[in-house]
Amino acid sequence: MRLLKPLSHTFCALPLAWLVLAVVTHQASVNPVEYAIRFLGDWSLKLLIVTLAITPLRKLTGWAHLMTLRRRLGLWAFAYAALHLLCFWGADLIFSFSALGREIIKRPYIAIGMAAFVLLLPLALTSTNAMIKRLGGASWRRLHKLIYLIAPLGVVHFYWLQSSKNLTTEPLVYGAIVAFLLLYRVLDAKGVSLRLPKKSIKT
Amino acid sequence: MNERDITPKSLFLNRRQWLATAGALAATPALAQASDAPTPKDAIISYNNFYEFGTGKSDPARTAGSLRTAPWSVEIGGLCAKSGTLALDDILRRHPRGEHVYRMRCVEGWSMVIPWLGFPLADLLKAAEPLSSAKYVAFQTLYDPAQMPGQKSDVLQWPYVEGLRLDEAMHPLTLLATGLYGEELLPQNGAPLRLVVPWKYGFKSIKSIVKITLTETQPPTSWNLSAPNEYGFYSNVNPQVDHPRWSQATERRIGEFFRRDTLLFNGYAEQVAHMYTGMDLTANF
Ligand code: HEM
Repeated sequence: MRLLKPLSHTFCALPLAWLVLAVVTHQASVNPVEYAIRFLGDWSLKLLIVTLAITPLRKLTGWAHLMTLRRRLGLWAFAYAALHLLCFWGADLIFSFSALGREIIKRPYIAIGMAAFVLLLPLALTSTNAMIKRLGGASWRRLHKLIYLIAPLGVVHFYWLQSSKNLTTEPLVYGAIVAFLLLYRVLDAKGVSLRLPKKSIKT
Repeated sequence: MNERDITPKSLFLNRRQWLATAGALAATPALAQASDAPTPKDAIISYNNFYEFGTGKSDPARTAGSLRTAPWSVEIGGLCAKSGTLALDDILRRHPRGEHVYRMRCVEGWSMVIPWLGFPLADLLKAAEPLSSAKYVAFQTLYDPAQMPGQKSDVLQWPYVEGLRLDEAMHPLTLLATGLYGEELLPQNGAPLRLVVPWKYGFKSIKSIVKITLTETQPPTSWNLSAPNEYGFYSNVNPQVDHPRWSQATERRIGEFFRRDTLLFNGYAEQVAHMYTGMDLTANF
């Protein structure tokens, strides 16, 4: 399973490489800035959802190795969110703090995106082994439960933007997946058995 | 911007120069800040909002080939003396087309400069002889889900409808266009006949028109029906009146990297502002 680490990094880096290639070769539509902002936002949300799916997947499959992926995927989700913000702030707002502030105050969907990003920050900063040790496993886990809030915020951010263009199907699909993954945790905590029958587990 | 409203044919025909500009724009995006160089044709025919052919910007260019644009006729009716159904060929024989290079500002915050081939809508309306009771003009796009697969989804109410006040419709800047860059319109750009109202957000410029009706009362318009608090009947380009979800103060000109300031009435204030004197543009957005 030594391959899991390089494979997962490659998987997460591929969309970014694809985006750079698309922009450089003029394949990113004739509005590459918009294309990049949307692409990065999309992948940030996708990776957040994959991150949320790791624990249920481990419980379903019993494959403990999956857990080593969780922090890594979360960090990549953060990286995409940071680039998403950077593109918006840089190319749309020319790195102006006051313009960013105005956008956050005036536009609920930006405020919600920003809230998701700000909540992601402490998770990214505490994702080293040293930080886990310093915090202690229990409080680290409690802190990282913030992802249960971050993922829905990302969905609302997406939905709110798209509803103006009547394009709500995609955000609703993301929302349903997030809702399912969160519901899983509620049921799991209540002791509802969500494991696969023993005999179907393959290793 | 007066000199651009009706561009001499000599300038229009200089396509070589435009293609060079297009190349330069693509290579060095941020340089041409204040210029209004025409947007490369490739961009105009590949980046479209036309929900009848899908909701993605690249969908129409891929799928709009299913639209049969000939033969085409337009039904003109309502409060006018000479109603009837006109074949597009006859319309074009009666109303000679000219070149008009206009800015086009999408409500989403991007813009282009498009060399249209068309004639003033006023010419067609005058020929229909509006009655004095006519106050508005309603427009309707073709409804045919077999040709326009996007109409099978309920993303908007179909057919797409738009409207103008009669004075807006009669304004010399308001065009019926059938071409761009000297060639017939492609389906993704609203072939074979579309409206162009350069001082309003792009969605007012309804595409693939089959019906024009003179009315006494303000006609319903598709995006207003869909989200009345976000898209008004007037939808004049106005940097001071934001869309609830995003700012309208700036826009990204296709081909440029940074955003530029959006101009009141898309830069056509001198020609059109008089139609709105005394009107609260924030309330009548
Ligand atoms: C975890 C944090 C975030 C996630 C998961 C996220 C996700 C998304 C998604 C999925 C979209 C829609 C993309 C599409 O239409 O395909 C989007 C759009 C957008 N986001 Fe975010 N976002 C986050 C944070 C932010 C922040 C911090 C800002 C700015 C302060 C921001 C600004 C925007 C803007 C301006 C758009 C619209 C782009 C356009 O319409 O062209 N987002 N985001």
